[in-house]
Amino acid sequence: MSPLKKTSWLLPVLGGLSILLAWHLIILLFDVQEFVAPSPLAAVTTLFEKAPVLAKNFWPTAIESVAGFILGNSLAILLAVVFVHSKVLEAAYFPSAVFFNTIPILALAPILVLIFGLGMLPKIVIAAVICFFPTLVNIIRGLESVSAAELELMHVLNASRSEIFWRLRVPRSLPFLFAALRIASTTCVVGAIVGEWIGANSGLGALIIQATFNYQSSLLYATLFVSSGLALLFFAIIVFVERRVLDWR
Amino acid sequence: MVTLIGPSGCGKSTLLRLLADIVQPSGGQVEIFGTSPGDVRRRREIGFCFQDATLLPWRSVIDNVRLPLDVGRGRDQAAGGAHTPEALLDLVGLADWADARPAALSGGMRQRVAIARALMSEPRLLLMDEPFGALDEITRDKLNDELLRIWRETGITIVFVTHSLNEAVYLAEEIVVMAANPGRIVERIDLRPIRKDGALERDSPRFAELTGQLRYLLSKAA
Repeated sequence: MSPLKKTSWLLPVLGGLSILLAWHLIILLFDVQEFVAPSPLAAVTTLFEKAPVLAKNFWPTAIESVAGFILGNSLAILLAVVFVHSKVLEAAYFPSAVFFNTIPILALAPILVLIFGLGMLPKIVIAAVICFFPTLVNIIRGLESVSAAELELMHVLNASRSEIFWRLRVPRSLPFLFAALRIASTTCVVGAIVGEWIGANSGLGALIIQATFNYQSSLLYATLFVSSGLALLFFAIIVFVERRVLDWR
Repeated sequence: MVTLIGPSGCGKSTLLRLLADIVQPSGGQVEIFGTSPGDVRRRREIGFCFQDATLLPWRSVIDNVRLPLDVGRGRDQAAGGAHTPEALLDLVGLADWADARPAALSGGMRQRVAIARALMSEPRLLLMDEPFGALDEITRDKLNDELLRIWRETGITIVFVTHSLNEAVYLAEEIVVMAANPGRIVERIDLRPIRKDGALERDSPRFAELTGQLRYLLSKAA
């Protein structure tokens, strides 16, 4: 291993610290009021001081994100499988899926809250919607990424449609699936938080709105750290699983 | 052992795909072993080797050889088959590579795995579409020798498409020369009388004479 590789974590950490330092200096230099923008030190201090509040609001968001992630990706995979097996259904419904995807999530969120009420459900649905489209497109591409020679090979071996699906199309689609799950792992948190903005009593999104209205800027920043941490945690889990499953790549 | 040689676009690969029931004839009919290619394919008596080895990268080498047992009628065969995947891997000289992934193999080794896989379903007819076309000449010569050995050991019928004059002459009991526009057979050269048992030496005068004759036929065909 090269010396650079051994310390590959060092440069990103130094880079991050340098940005925090610059942030801190700007706050000091321009004498910025804490309710406008807190120093990183104040934000980190709040992170520990308000840990119980943050933890209380962490769990609803985490649960909504995971549930939305599972729901959105499952439906996307299911629909992709249907589309790959029926060109008629794909031609009929894929354009609608594209149209649906062009609706801004901020416009869609109030609609979903009206339909599903103020509980966890609308947040889960919004998180699911945000995961859905990238996964749908990726899985369709993945399932169709088999080569002509691979299909001919299966044909010569007299393989059935389902054998071709499970032994060829599914393994071929897995790299595409994980590319989509990486995207979804961070956007599902965004979806849950956007849902909480529209109306919620708890959750990181509700806390963000509360902290903003009450000029509790260091709490707002601490909440941002926590929500980023949540998204990064999901991302790391996906990467970990991907390395296990796609060990042939 | 028949080799098919001809210019690009003369229909060599199409002919192989007709035999394998991958494409259907626009006219006329194909008969193999007294029946249609579809029947022969469904009985899994056809093996096919592609120019690109077409190994599944997520399967280990031995699992790629095993693929024919996992699909089609393979499960019935797994119980009473004449060969094991291990024995076939040994036949192509890759017994030590059973657990490697295809990505770790050279081009020549991948083609050997593809040959072992094609033999797994115990075909009576092995169709090979320029399987060594992308390999360097030294590797190709070596694999030609191995293929002849495997052919003698298994006794199956092989139809081999190639662009290489040397390969066409060296492997064949019979050479079929094709021409394009329209695709047709222009010459059939039976080498059985001069081969008897032994292979033709690559540097013998007879070999040079035959490749010369082929070159002339192909220049006329193009």
